[in-house]
Amino acid sequence: MKRAGILRLSLYQALLLGSLFAAWYLLTENDILPPFFFGKPIVVLERVWNWFVSGKIYRHLGATLLETVCAFVSGTLVGLIIGLWLALSPLASALLDPYIKALNSMPRVILAPIFSVWFGLGMLSKVALGFTLVVFIVFFNVYQGVKEVSPVVLANARMLGANARQLLRTVYLPSATSWVFSSLHISVGMAFVGAVVGEYLGSAAGVGYLILQAEGSFDIDTVFAGIVVLTMFALLLDTLVTFAERRLLRWRPTRAESEPL
Amino acid sequence: MSAGAGGATTDTLHTHALTLEKVTCAFAAQHLPALVYTAIRDVSLGVARGEFVSVVGPTGCGKSTILNIAAGLLTPSAGKVSVFGVPLQGINRAAGYMFQTDALMPWLSSIDNVAIGLVYRGAVWNDARDRAQEWLGRVGLAGHGERYPHQLSGGMKKRVALAQMLILDPQILLMDEPFSALDIQTRQLMENELLDLWSADRKSVIFITHDLEEAISLSDRVILLSAGPEAHPIGEYPIDLARPRDVAEIRLTPNFIELHREIWAALKKEVLAGYMQSHAM
Repeated sequence: MKRAGILRLSLYQALLLGSLFAAWYLLTENDILPPFFFGKPIVVLERVWNWFVSGKIYRHLGATLLETVCAFVSGTLVGLIIGLWLALSPLASALLDPYIKALNSMPRVILAPIFSVWFGLGMLSKVALGFTLVVFIVFFNVYQGVKEVSPVVLANARMLGANARQLLRTVYLPSATSWVFSSLHISVGMAFVGAVVGEYLGSAAGVGYLILQAEGSFDIDTVFAGIVVLTMFALLLDTLVTFAERRLLRWRPTRAESEPL
Repeated sequence: MSAGAGGATTDTLHTHALTLEKVTCAFAAQHLPALVYTAIRDVSLGVARGEFVSVVGPTGCGKSTILNIAAGLLTPSAGKVSVFGVPLQGINRAAGYMFQTDALMPWLSSIDNVAIGLVYRGAVWNDARDRAQEWLGRVGLAGHGERYPHQLSGGMKKRVALAQMLILDPQILLMDEPFSALDIQTRQLMENELLDLWSADRKSVIFITHDLEEAISLSDRVILLSAGPEAHPIGEYPIDLARPRDVAEIRLTPNFIELHREIWAALKKEVLAGYMQSHAM
């Protein structure tokens, strides 16, 4: 897309956001929606602004982001390893298949109270919850990615003399990476969910904790302010993943690039 | 090998790069083990050192099966495969394989795609890249090393695949309709280039194709395969056209036309048989 086109699109996107806020403002100002339940956008933004200016938010935001990143990294690594292992070992895959399905279909948020008991109210229980959410997403994608390696590319690598370890390094892993990246966008969000839900269920710090506190005193504006901050940082994390994806998957055709030479 | 095999066998050992003896390959349908499809039956063929052999046959006659068996990617149900007189076990290390469809690794640049075979065999990336650059030059892609496969045209990808195979200096080339996806001009260009590269050090080649003109213009010998299932060779035609050849020009010589007429008469029957079979099902 041309540069001017991108600019115009960004402008429209900003306008859409602005009009949503305007609608929210008008509806709550005129009491069509009760401000007690829906908050007031001006107050919400003011709250966000004050958090950052006073610096009160940084401790909580830092905690939430650290939990998210830990859950994301550990879940991705373990998912990658288990995915590669099961995809390349038919016996293990057949043996564990029903258990993986069972674990995946279990609503894992109910594990949060158990994790609180096991790991206490600190960071670790939140990381554990995020981990259980992330690991399955990455695992399934890696598994699929390895299963869908082109048989021709595989046969070619074998004819060129690759041994099992070289096949893993130069064929299975790169092929799985593109699948992993498509899952990372979802899993970074899931890591965030794990952290916030964990905080919400019991903690002493974090944005989820702030929201819980505000809710306790029916301070809807602060609840919304927490949501706005969370959304902003979820978007930021997603952008980072996109950036990493562009760097690491340079070999993959993108629409803009695949014009005939 | 028993002593009774006699002089002919010993002779074969010395002259043949690759031999298939009474090779049969059957596939069982995955969900219906009782339903066995015999792709090829009792196929015997040999390729002499330095010989360019084409295998021609109607579609679906098991041409690729023969090649995969020769490559060691597929184990035959019965029969013997030997490479320079030694029974083949596992992957055929003396052979290079050029596939019909895209076999380049999409995550490697062209130069790395060419270099990777050397790396697999223990070379350091830097040295391998130097040699790969040389080979890219030889196939006319000197300036395109940094491009990824998706940034290359069909013909360029085939050149990279050719360099990827030849850099390892295999004694036997197995080629499975390598140029069938190319347009006719690019294809003739590639065929001439292949002949040039081949004539430099005369490797043994099995070239699979369904295009009789391509087979005649490239080969020393054309083997005709019957329609599948249970395909087997039904004819062998030595091609005594002079080398070096230009594939575009040779098609117009009377010798070529005579050979074409003769082989086509036999091939036509099989093509019709294959057509009937695929439509009877």
